[in-house]
Amino acid sequence: MAEADTLAPDEQIYHYQDDRDPKCPFAPPPKLRALNETAPVSRARIWDGSDHWLVTGHAAQRAILSDPRVSSDDKQPGFPYPNKPMADTAHLHPLTIFNADGADHTRIRRMMTRPFTRPRMEALRPKIQQFTDELIDKMLDGPKPADLVTSLSLPLPSLMICALLGVPYEDHEFFQEHAGLATRSDKTTEEQNAANEALGGYLARLLQKKMEEPEEDVLSDFAARIKDGDLTLPEATLLSMILLIAGHETSASMITMGTALLLENPDELARLREIDDTKDAQNAVEEILRYLTIAQFGQRRIAAEDFEFEGVQIKRGDGIIVPLPAGNWDPEAFPEPEKLDLTRKATHHHAFGWGIHQCLGQQLARIELQVVYGTLYRRVPTLRLAVDRDELAFRPADALAFAIPELPVTW
Amino acid sequence: MKVVVDEEKCVAAGQCVNAAMDVFDQREEDGIVVLLDENPSDDLADDVRTAAAVCPALAIRIEE
Repeated sequence: MAEADTLAPDEQIYHYQDDRDPKCPFAPPPKLRALNETAPVSRARIWDGSDHWLVTGHAAQRAILSDPRVSSDDKQPGFPYPNKPMADTAHLHPLTIFNADGADHTRIRRMMTRPFTRPRMEALRPKIQQFTDELIDKMLDGPKPADLVTSLSLPLPSLMICALLGVPYEDHEFFQEHAGLATRSDKTTEEQNAANEALGGYLARLLQKKMEEPEEDVLSDFAARIKDGDLTLPEATLLSMILLIAGHETSASMITMGTALLLENPDELARLREIDDTKDAQNAVEEILRYLTIAQFGQRRIAAEDFEFEGVQIKRGDGIIVPLPAGNWDPEAFPEPEKLDLTRKATHHHAFGWGIHQCLGQQLARIELQVVYGTLYRRVPTLRLAVDRDELAFRPADALAFAIPELPVTW
Repeated sequence: MKVVVDEEKCVAAGQCVNAAMDVFDQREEDGIVVLLDENPSDDLADDVRTAAAVCPALAIRIEE
């Protein structure tokens, strides 16, 4: 990192990250977008006043996220933490898929990949369809307007991740609340710790139960690994917590935000309703993933050695931030990025990240979204917002996931 | 077209199966890539190129 006395004056450096434009709430923040017009790599200042490399170009993101000279080790001094609670607790973080590199990462990730393969997720499609239909039935039978988040967006992925993990869905209010608290940037370190502990205790007890009475689910699989000595109970608890949290908040947000986005683009929505080809339907989901890129907080890395990159000299210990929305709106990779075009070939997007840390649950998310987007707007063709678009409350730009906490709809 | 996969690099993202399921599968126990057809026919060539391009771990190589 540069020395304090050489830091750029506050007004001359980009403060990562600026707010989204309320007139274009689905687009990445304007100043962040503007960086795509200048250079693929620049400097930016974060919440604690430290400066880091900001990699915004699509090709540059691809290169940096698959570069073995770049580390995810969040215990290194100078690591660009997303917020204060993360910085405060980093020294306590055990190794996970998020902060491990190389062989450690491979070992941990391969304990988690089995339940999420493409063939296994495809086999869940009928179940996802059934849950989706039941939730829509219930919404249509209930009062108008309805909140799409509580009617469909949250329950569907929660039901699926519960079934996969072997977590009782009856407990969803408990874990949704605590997962929410544990991931909100506006919560204090103490509040996040308390939520993490409550959730961890709950999952540890479930894992112990599965050690005695195994079933066909992921937690039982972890329980067997504890018995075999491959995992400790705290490690298995943490892996379970990662899957549970990541497994519902993100897909939920894509269902809500995707619906809000499509309602604003009636031509594309009409086109989506008419799609009957599987590949076209898959492609439409990829474009919506690209457009929204809800993992908005920027992947965090630290240079493990000195190297030259895109014309800049990166030094060992330099922090690196990779804001995925910027890469997905890079006109070099996606011409006219502000245009939602469901026929666009968008499979090279970075909505799930890139490199060895790319999202573990992406195939589950894809099929959930294919089913929901393919069902909701056909079954409820008159679906519309029950409030003005301007009244929708978006989570702030520094929240981990881009989201609308509540989406009132009617039909 | 000849396809080579690197099991060590693979992170089981499933992208290759998404792109070309006649050519790639995932191992039952941990999702690591299984090459079903190392010399895919011409009609699959585009899908296989896509699979190599979307592999986040750069674990697929194509020798034309």
